Amino acid sequence: MQKVYLYILVMAAVTYLIRMVPLVLLKREITNTWVKSFLYYVPYVTLAVMTFPAILEATSSLISGAAAFVVAVVLAYRGKSLVQVAAASCAAVFVLELFLVR
Amino acid sequence: MNERKKEYRSGLVDGVPIGLGYLAVSFTFGIMASDMGMSVIQATVLSFTNLTSAGQFAGLGVIQAGASLAEMALTQLIINLRYCLMSCSISQKLDRSAPFFHRFIMAYGVTDEIFGVSVCRTGSLSPWYSYGLISAAVPGWTLGTMLGAISGNLLPQRLLSALGVALYGMFLAVILPPARKNKVLMGIILVSMAAALLFAKIPVLSGISSGFKIIILTVLIAGGAAFLFPVKEEN
Repeated sequence: MQKVYLYILVMAAVTYLIRMVPLVLLKREITNTWVKSFLYYVPYVTLAVMTFPAILEATSSLISGAAAFVVAVVLAYRGKSLVQVAAASCAAVFVLELFLVR
Repeated sequence: MNERKKEYRSGLVDGVPIGLGYLAVSFTFGIMASDMGMSVIQATVLSFTNLTSAGQFAGLGVIQAGASLAEMALTQLIINLRYCLMSCSISQKLDRSAPFFHRFIMAYGVTDEIFGVSVCRTGSLSPWYSYGLISAAVPGWTLGTMLGAISGNLLPQRLLSALGVALYGMFLAVILPPARKNKVLMGIILVSMAAALLFAKIPVLSGISSGFKIIILTVLIAGGAAFLFPVKEEN
């Protein structure tokens, strides 16, 4: 298991470089409209893609996952804070699974 | 001085759900790592230095297979390449008056969650806000791994299951409010979710690694949207 630390080092180095290089190289403001628009849209696509349908499989039951999704959508749409939305969807799962999962 | 403190503090607050979500996810990671024969310290160091979920889970598989270090580097590159896109986005959002060295430190904390929360903030991004997020998120990720590695059954399954949706709830809280007043954004979100569902259900596509899926969908959908609906002078 001595080699484990070598693996860890390689993983950390590669991952850090991927994150660091663009931040350090892109010093100026990009003026190209397409690139700007693309970068503006990136987080919305990325986060949407990561959330759905993954949220449905994140819990012990499909129903509680779906409930968490609905609760989060409604509260987020009403502009509740990050903490409130996250806590409410966790609570929905917890309460529902008291009945659903034995 | 005061401005920094304010930014840092609001980052800390917004980082709480990230930290909690990380706790649950990394707990599972800790269990897997120790099942694989890693020591508690190794698992904890791994989480602290890498701070990435998909990459670490994949890394465990690579270590278990006894693959070469080059293979490990390539796996990490492919799975984590999405961070490259995210860092590009952050570079444009970053407060231009902030000293350059901040970029080297901020880079450590570019995760899906920290990125999502910081880049969707209104106005330019202060490094101190990012540090606040990082300060809340990293302990959750590291501690969760450690606890998972020490004892797989420290937290009841019920609680883990509930905490597992914290990150997703937070993502929705990040992307939906701006979409309320912007039909293009709403459309993009709906298309993205529908496409992700297709990618999860269609047999050929569901075999693609999750990191790569995110890159493909992001490039296609954000690229198409940028072509069809270019953003006019605005942040």
